[in-house]
Amino acid sequence: MIDVVILFFILGLIAGLLRSELKLPAALYETLSLVLLLTIGLKGGEGLAKQAIAPLLPQLGIVMMLGIAQTFIAFLILSFVGKLGRADAAATAAHYGSVSVATFAVATNWLMSRNIAFEPQLTIFLTVMEVPAIIVGIVLARGLSKQTDWRALAHESFLGKGVTLLIGGMAIGWAAGPEGLAPIKGLFYDLFKGALTLFLLEMGLIVARQAGELRKRGMFIIAFGVLMPLLSALLGTACGIAMGLSVGGITLLTTLAASASYIAVPATIRLAIPEANPALSLAAVLGITFPFNILVGIPLYHWLAVELTGVMV
Amino acid sequence: MTLSTEKRTLLTVITESAIEETLLKDLEKLGVRGYTVSDARGRGGRGVRDATWGEVSNIRLEVICARTMAETVLNHIQSHYYANYAMVAFLQEVEILRPEKFS
Repeated sequence: MIDVVILFFILGLIAGLLRSELKLPAALYETLSLVLLLTIGLKGGEGLAKQAIAPLLPQLGIVMMLGIAQTFIAFLILSFVGKLGRADAAATAAHYGSVSVATFAVATNWLMSRNIAFEPQLTIFLTVMEVPAIIVGIVLARGLSKQTDWRALAHESFLGKGVTLLIGGMAIGWAAGPEGLAPIKGLFYDLFKGALTLFLLEMGLIVARQAGELRKRGMFIIAFGVLMPLLSALLGTACGIAMGLSVGGITLLTTLAASASYIAVPATIRLAIPEANPALSLAAVLGITFPFNILVGIPLYHWLAVELTGVMV
Repeated sequence: MTLSTEKRTLLTVITESAIEETLLKDLEKLGVRGYTVSDARGRGGRGVRDATWGEVSNIRLEVICARTMAETVLNHIQSHYYANYAMVAFLQEVEILRPEKFS
């Protein structure tokens, strides 16, 4: 069964590749991402209210280490196999150590439409995995240089749109509970799938725009865009199993590990490592990794979780 | 009736919206008292920047000030941003009213 949201992504992709006149207003894209971020936050917060928070702390440590390890691995591969310069390798590695909210949204939708449950703390994982990779990437590019304006970068990373809305949504969902959220359920929960559909239509158009850059970059970056998420996915699956997550939870953590950021990280890295070429990182992340994850990755990661845990859902 | 206008310099900077905030902070530090920022799109050495989403959007920043101030700002942005960011900046002479506003 192919998800209808994926069909819209493919429509956007084809329209973009054929240079169709189709164009979504920029403000709509912003609005949709706001709805998706808040919905994910609210849902996570609502679930978290039903369980104790303290036992989750060691798990947060593990997923942060996962993000940091991925950044180092990606940096080594990009430097030694890809022969990229230090700035480009560090900047691209930061994208791969961090996570993509859009990929996470598609994965939750994939699981929900198959009635596969997952733990609410995955939303916190999503939030805490966003930032460490950015810091590691900057240190890899610069060393612990005094020139880096850490205050401004911390402000940019921790108070960016994504983290603010996710944490804010979680806090509101946690405080309000299911009854409090009932009046706004229509906008956020019921429209989630519709919002995701339009969002992916736009993502298809954005991905199509990377085609020219990819043609210029050649095989290494294409191979990296597929193999790096697979490698990260194995690490993510191992962490999920070690934490004793459910099959749905393992699938989502694996997806998080495999995904690469294309919003929070590029914005911060553009300021912190200006000499890195943003077109290179975005071509890999958007042109290859994002479509690979949503088209092939998510079902594959679920299959892997089922095989390795021996639990069929 | 003839208007009594005075000459000032208009500095225009077209660049990536990614650096808008840092740029505006720099201007304040250099003593610029006012500016106008608008969204922009176009094409140049770094490809099409059509503002269809955040990472490829541009801004157009305009400052009217005294020639010396305009040159100070232009020097500053040339040394800090030209190498790594998509940026075009230029000066023009303009005629203004209320000269006390544009020192």
